[in-house]
Amino acid sequence: MWWLVGLIVVLVIVAGYFVGIYNGLIRKRNETDNAWSQIDVQLKRRHDLIPNLVETVQGYAKHEKETFDAVIQARNRAVSAEGPAAAGQAEGILGAALGKLFALAEAYPDLKANQNFLALQEELSSTENRIGFARQAYNDAATRYNNAREVFPANLISGGFDRAELFEIEVDAEREVPKVQFG
Amino acid sequence: MWEQIERNRRRSRIIVTAMGMILVGVGMALGMFFSGQQQGALVGGVAALGIWLVLWLFSHSQGDDVLLRMAHARQIEKRDHPQLYNIVEEMSIAAQLPKVPRVFIVDDPSPNAFAVGRDPQKAAVAVTIGLLRLLDRDELQGVVAHEIGHIKNRDVALMTTAGIMLGAIVILADIGLRVMWYGGGSRRSRDHSGGGGGAQVILMLIAAVFLILSPILVQLIYFALSRRREYLADASGAMYTRWPEGLASALEKLGMASIPQADQSRVTAPMYIVRPLREGERRNLASAFSTHPPLEKRIQVLRGMGGNVDFQAYDRAYSKVLGDHVVGARTLAGTESIPANAPADLSAQPIPPTERLRAASDAFLAGAGYQRVPCHHCGAVLKIPKARQGRLSACPRCGASLGR
Repeated sequence: MWWLVGLIVVLVIVAGYFVGIYNGLIRKRNETDNAWSQIDVQLKRRHDLIPNLVETVQGYAKHEKETFDAVIQARNRAVSAEGPAAAGQAEGILGAALGKLFALAEAYPDLKANQNFLALQEELSSTENRIGFARQAYNDAATRYNNAREVFPANLISGGFDRAELFEIEVDAEREVPKVQFG
Repeated sequence: MWEQIERNRRRSRIIVTAMGMILVGVGMALGMFFSGQQQGALVGGVAALGIWLVLWLFSHSQGDDVLLRMAHARQIEKRDHPQLYNIVEEMSIAAQLPKVPRVFIVDDPSPNAFAVGRDPQKAAVAVTIGLLRLLDRDELQGVVAHEIGHIKNRDVALMTTAGIMLGAIVILADIGLRVMWYGGGSRRSRDHSGGGGGAQVILMLIAAVFLILSPILVQLIYFALSRRREYLADASGAMYTRWPEGLASALEKLGMASIPQADQSRVTAPMYIVRPLREGERRNLASAFSTHPPLEKRIQVLRGMGGNVDFQAYDRAYSKVLGDHVVGARTLAGTESIPANAPADLSAQPIPPTERLRAASDAFLAGAGYQRVPCHHCGAVLKIPKARQGRLSACPRCGASLGR
């Protein structure tokens, strides 16, 4: 009789332990998914800022039509890009085009002093940072999740949990965030 | 990676439990003394826990906003100081906080910053005007990351609980010693006539020594805990920004500042990035009775991370500088290293300190409900407090009508 009670207690404890591990895996997987969607949110933020930026710069540098067109085109392509690979490439081209746009300001002192432009500059560099931090947070979350699902005894029950792939930057232009030095 | 913080939390809980046991011990010593009997110890111990519970509930019902009010912090919106607000949002993304903390500015020329929020859902980050004037964007990011580290590591809840425990022990021991000193004599002679004997006297002596030593001991524990959480918040800051140099350079600048700070609350002290300076005090004195480690050590550790930003790199650098470990060795195995990464700054154009000061105080005034009224005649911008709004008809500088 007593051994039966003991067996049931042990079974309940073991089951509870695995339920805990399972819930932990679910939580970590959700965190990973959340982090991934943050990247999209921040990329969209960048797209939304660009028309405003181009409009401000246009007021001061009317002759640089080529640069504006390149930025607008890169933006539109990035907005409509399908799939991670295409999106990554489009964002990379957009980053490079933005770098050129900011380099323009060098030749227009009035633009450099413009409050609106300075504010946009802060917004855009914050957006670049956010994209970087969102990626970084995703990779951190994915690493935590992957570690959690591979260690013993979690690996006994983590068959249904797919490994999260890390975000790798493949396009050279994308790796280089537009860096602009102002005199 | 983050599991290390979990493990540290467990260790911190053990420390808080030890403090709780000392608190109960103090209560027992007092109870024994007052009743003159061994059974009094039980009552005293329970009473001490009761006092702690009341204090704890009181501090919880008050919430974090009391701390912000005590520091005279004003909440700001994004438009009041876009850069600061952006940085807080960026760091919340990096730390994966469930919600972006509220942002506050403190009208104090002494450069400092602190975080409150027992619950990451209701957290807040406050920085002084002096800090905004002193630091550039990367350094500010380092400081904010350190504060977000405090929030993420749940240091606010831990240090408040420990601080209340410390307060309860200090108060109880103080009461006990006073009673012993002034009223103890008659009680002891009465016990003697009752036939308690020499054992009673020895017990009394032991109780007295315990009452003298325990507040000192608990303070040492409390300060050691606080310093440890400070190092861990630095490690988290380096990790979130991926750029330890920002925080290191900020700490260097903070160490050189010598302006005393108005907020000297002991409750908020462990949450500040550097210990609030008192009038005429110097920084950087290593002391067992300090809530913060010496700045030069913190800077050395951050700069010794060797191009990596993960906790392993921090722990290696820490043990090189201080010969000890700050995170459990067992958890260091099997995790990969993360390289440092310079932040993107499109606005690499440096903003002069005077401009930064103006932006910071404008943001504070906006948070305090001031109204900005430009004079179209002379170009001056009037900043009018809430109570006086709409009661000024002419510009005090040029006398032109402010027809609105």
